[in-house]
Amino acid sequence: MKKKVVSILLLAAMAASLLAGCGGNGSDLKTDSAANGNSDSQSSSITNAGDDAASGSDTAAAEGQVINIYSFNDELRTRITAVYSEIESTSDDGTTSTLKDGRVIKWIINPNQDGVYQDKLDEALTAQMSAADDDKVDIFAAELDYVVKYTDADSDAAMTLESLGINPATDLADQYEFTKTVASDQNGVMRASTWQACPGVLVYRRDIAKEVFGTDDPVEIGKKTADWATMKATAEELKAKGYYAFSSYADTFRTYSNNMAQEWVTIENPTTVKVDQKVMDWVTDSKEWLDAGYFDPTVKGQWNADWYTAMGSGSKVFAFLFPAWAIDTQMVPNWDGDAGAWAVTNAPLSFNWGGTFLLAATGTDNPQIVKDIILALTADKDNLTTITQKYSEFTNAQSVMGAAASNNTYASEFLGGQNPYGYFADSLASIKMAPLSAYDQGCVELFQNSFSDYFQGQVDFDKAKSNFETAIMERYPEITAVEWPQ
Amino acid sequence: MKRKKTVEYSKWGYIFILPFFVSFFIFSLIPLVDTIRYSFYEYYRSGLKQIGPNFVGMENYVSLLKSDMLKYAGNTMILWIIGFIPQIVIALLLASWFVDVRLKIRGQQFFKVVIYLPNLIMASAFAMLFFTLFSNNGPINSILMSIGLTKEPIDFMRTAFGTRSLVGVMNFLMWFGNSTIMLMAAIMGISPDIFEASEIDGCNSVQRFFLITLPMIRPILAYTLITAIIGGLQMFDVPQILTNGQGSPDRTSTTLIMFLNNHLKSKNYGMAGALSVYLFIVSGILCYIVYRITNDDDDDGSKAAARKQKKAERRRG
Repeated sequence: MKKKVVSILLLAAMAASLLAGCGGNGSDLKTDSAANGNSDSQSSSITNAGDDAASGSDTAAAEGQVINIYSFNDELRTRITAVYSEIESTSDDGTTSTLKDGRVIKWIINPNQDGVYQDKLDEALTAQMSAADDDKVDIFAAELDYVVKYTDADSDAAMTLESLGINPATDLADQYEFTKTVASDQNGVMRASTWQACPGVLVYRRDIAKEVFGTDDPVEIGKKTADWATMKATAEELKAKGYYAFSSYADTFRTYSNNMAQEWVTIENPTTVKVDQKVMDWVTDSKEWLDAGYFDPTVKGQWNADWYTAMGSGSKVFAFLFPAWAIDTQMVPNWDGDAGAWAVTNAPLSFNWGGTFLLAATGTDNPQIVKDIILALTADKDNLTTITQKYSEFTNAQSVMGAAASNNTYASEFLGGQNPYGYFADSLASIKMAPLSAYDQGCVELFQNSFSDYFQGQVDFDKAKSNFETAIMERYPEITAVEWPQ
Repeated sequence: MKRKKTVEYSKWGYIFILPFFVSFFIFSLIPLVDTIRYSFYEYYRSGLKQIGPNFVGMENYVSLLKSDMLKYAGNTMILWIIGFIPQIVIALLLASWFVDVRLKIRGQQFFKVVIYLPNLIMASAFAMLFFTLFSNNGPINSILMSIGLTKEPIDFMRTAFGTRSLVGVMNFLMWFGNSTIMLMAAIMGISPDIFEASEIDGCNSVQRFFLITLPMIRPILAYTLITAIIGGLQMFDVPQILTNGQGSPDRTSTTLIMFLNNHLKSKNYGMAGALSVYLFIVSGILCYIVYRITNDDDDDGSKAAARKQKKAERRRG
């Protein structure tokens, strides 16, 4: 019987020392006092374990063995593997990468659509404190549409960059200013960092341009797409020859929504969605354009098969409004003709669309490696140059992008040898970034959905409005009212 | 003393069924009670912040009644009927054909497998397939255009009629095989003597079907109906995937469970719980009605009447 008691005690002591090892500094005091009740030798061994963890927090050995990275698609994985030199190999299915020191990165990917990614991420973040070290979220990605939700200082889901050991003023000096503003919480403290800036341009088919306008020169075409009034005349010309200006009303949405004067939900009035006049303009214009036949009527919204088909060679769609990442990830895989069929010129209105932000999850057990990855991907000039060359992205480094516009090695084969960076830079210079709120993704998605029915003639204008109200209050129970512009 | 010698076996029975009751208690009953409990609370998540649980009484129930819940109930009903009527008709027809000895259908086994196959595909995969097939630039439209039936692609999912029909067709295709197999088993359970006797009496096949087969398989038919109704109330994956969770156009194909799912986006356990309780009540009532309709008549009117009569007789005797 005594033996049993002793062995149970021993087991308990072992478990306690294990826990002390994980808990780090904060829990040391507690375990010490708890252990004092036991024999002296046990208590000393526990303190030792605690000390080890505390003193070793600077060296990699004391950090966790598994780095969990949450993301919504392959993009982040490919970028990090491309530039983070510590990575030795990645498994064929892309779910894990092994570092040179034997540690493992786990890529946890859930799609953005329908809020799946955020559901999974939120679940993991709420369980973060009680999760085992190897299951803790270390880095997670967030899109511009919902990055505010995670940079929120009150919920403290993401660490401040400073607490990671990154000094935004010096380390991230080369980043574009607006990306830094967007990545900051309400107190102006940076909690996220991105490797891309996403100025949008107009990407058009050269063959259609030649047929309709007699030239495919970006400068000449740019004059025809200079603003919405000219664009409308251009659309009319295209229509006369049987072509569509854009694929769908969803394609033009960002040019309007990115120029909103006010966020969807303001901090002063957190239970009301305020619809901006700009997006109402989008509704009016889109209805007009769709009825006039400037959009392809078979395409309803984005991210569906019909939209992808519209990027193919059999399509009659003249142009898309895209930032750099969309050309690389959406257009290139869906274009089935020869390279060089597309070209880039200025959009009717400057806009920023998207951007993937990296955030360090509070409670990460690998702060050192997290810092290294964030710096490698978003602050290292050489790495950003690599990403630009490899994935034709507009990266978040003013010096690299400034040089790229005039450097012909950055010419894109897909764009027929054109160097698009000048147009990206021009667009970026005139971006007036709309203020963001934590509700952006739901608002954008549900607004487009609700008015989609209106555009298709299934419901009238007022019904579409009330459908949006119903949907937004369903998605966010704290929203109690929707204010429409006069 | 003698009594003590009889061995009590009943405790083993209890021990053997214990695992079921334990797991039922933990995984079904507790969540069930929790669902009902939370339906009286305000309890959701805003961003990463947890709101509640705060007791609000019947507020969730009231606000659900004020919302479009009844419209979604109607949608669910319509979608279910569109799928169920062809399903049960075709299943009955096929079942009686397959079982009919005089028809001597060849390759019965093969057909049984084939009609059951659609049921093996995951509903969401099936919906995805239909979505692609019937999309504006999809194969169905290409075929229709190339054989000259239509010049412009037909936008199937643009109208409520189109979307609802697609959902109905999918549900029909997925479930008619299942019902056929079930009804076949029921028909095979009928004694062949009855069919032989009816033939000798000069009964034709239509009479045989309506006067013998149908009344004899009533219990199984009731079972099919009840399971189909419950399945229909829970209809979710097919319309959800087909309309990308929007129930478009104008929420005409939003089912009750899709509505529930919309609330769960914000982890709104209060509202979702209240909706679940409504669903629970409705399915209970529906089952009761169906059960009464299909089981409650005897030769002399109704079972209830028969029971009454028996009681009266007993009292007299």
